[in-house]
Amino acid sequence: MDEFLFAFLNGEILREAWPILWQGFLYTLALSAITVPLGLLGGLILGLLSTSGPRAVRWAAAAWTDLFRAIPPLVLLVFLYAGLPFAGIDVGAWGAVAIGFFLNTGAYYGEVLRAGLGSVPRGQMEAARSTGLSHGQALAYVVLPQAVRNVLPDLVSNTLEVVKLTSIASVVALPELLFQARQAQNATYNATPIVAAAVAYFVLLWPVVRVISRLENKR
Amino acid sequence: MSAPPTAPRPIIDARGLWKRFGATPVLKGVDFSVAERELVFIIGPSGSGKSTLLRCLNRLEEPDDGSIHVDGIELLSPRTDINAARRRIGMVFQGFNLYPHMTARQNVMLALRKVLGRGKAEAAGIAAAALARVGLAERMEHYPAQLSGGQQQRVAIARAIALEPRVMLFDEPTSALDPELVGGVLNVMRELRESGMTMVVVSHEMAFARAAADRVVFMADGQKLEEGPPAQIFGAPRHERTRAFIRQIDRH
Repeated sequence: MDEFLFAFLNGEILREAWPILWQGFLYTLALSAITVPLGLLGGLILGLLSTSGPRAVRWAAAAWTDLFRAIPPLVLLVFLYAGLPFAGIDVGAWGAVAIGFFLNTGAYYGEVLRAGLGSVPRGQMEAARSTGLSHGQALAYVVLPQAVRNVLPDLVSNTLEVVKLTSIASVVALPELLFQARQAQNATYNATPIVAAAVAYFVLLWPVVRVISRLENKR
Repeated sequence: MSAPPTAPRPIIDARGLWKRFGATPVLKGVDFSVAERELVFIIGPSGSGKSTLLRCLNRLEEPDDGSIHVDGIELLSPRTDINAARRRIGMVFQGFNLYPHMTARQNVMLALRKVLGRGKAEAAGIAAAALARVGLAERMEHYPAQLSGGQQQRVAIARAIALEPRVMLFDEPTSALDPELVGGVLNVMRELRESGMTMVVVSHEMAFARAAADRVVFMADGQKLEEGPPAQIFGAPRHERTRAFIRQIDRH
């Protein structure tokens, strides 16, 4: 028992590793603050193109979505970070994360939003247009708010996955929570920092999980 | 039987409208005009093209051929600002199509704010007046789901008239309503007519048509078969298809 506590819940090690773990936590927050909006933006573009574009555009949006849902995000990130420089394009670690998440999580958000947009009856757009609103205004004020509300649980679920997925930024050496925990673990030969990272993720995301349950019970 | 008196200037003037859905023609060269302050009823069996004709009049449906002038605007011209034109053409739908995430008042305010650019307080005042006019002063802060079908349809009418349109189009406005709620909507339409609004109504409310319409148009198979004052169309229809249709409607 003592051995277990020493290896996994070591107070001494935790105190020592705390500053860099905190740093990592802040990086994870920053990464989430970048990747979630970028993913939503990508998803919104895909969702709109795949529901209201001309047939060829809708087809292209569907193919795009399939492609980036099929490519593992880790592979995509490594390619952007370590592969593109061979073509003389160096987007850097942050650039690779931004592009990778725009493409990958954008595809997932796009699927969710496509379903949401599809759930709003046609008559809503028609009524809005009949009062003189432009297509964009009708989308912004009438159709999108309903679409988002109809798929809110799925949108929040997807956001939860995106935040968790930011841990892959560790492979491009961005010092987020997992990366820092690994560093601390290597420096101390102790698993406590990893446990601490897991707890930190839990503390960050448990409220989100609760929100999802409540939304799902409501529907 | 003489033709109805020709008005000096039709406010709606559609010529030779063609519309196909895929290979199926639903409008086959329809001419349709409405004089200012006139109330025109369009009747006909389902599939006759009457709703499609109505929806062409604000370009919710894009005709394949023909021309439409509304209040002097050439509706089908590529140079026409369709959003500006639609402000002058109010439309009421069979399914109400209220915005469910907004209160009655917000439903009316949206286009006032975003299309006419009215300030918030001004738009709220106009919306309140429009809702009072349709008898819903007490229901302004209700959401559509909290209103009966008849009340929802009256909100939809308020949403359209708040923009002070030159003409109003009604696409089967009472077909989705329980019978006891129809009267309230018809009363609002009657009041609108008395105020001089130009109205085009696709509906099966024959009693209302008899009492309020200036002219009744009978359509079948994408064509206008017959038109005239309600007394003529309902009392002495010339066309066999019209007679058969009226008989069937009267039986209900």
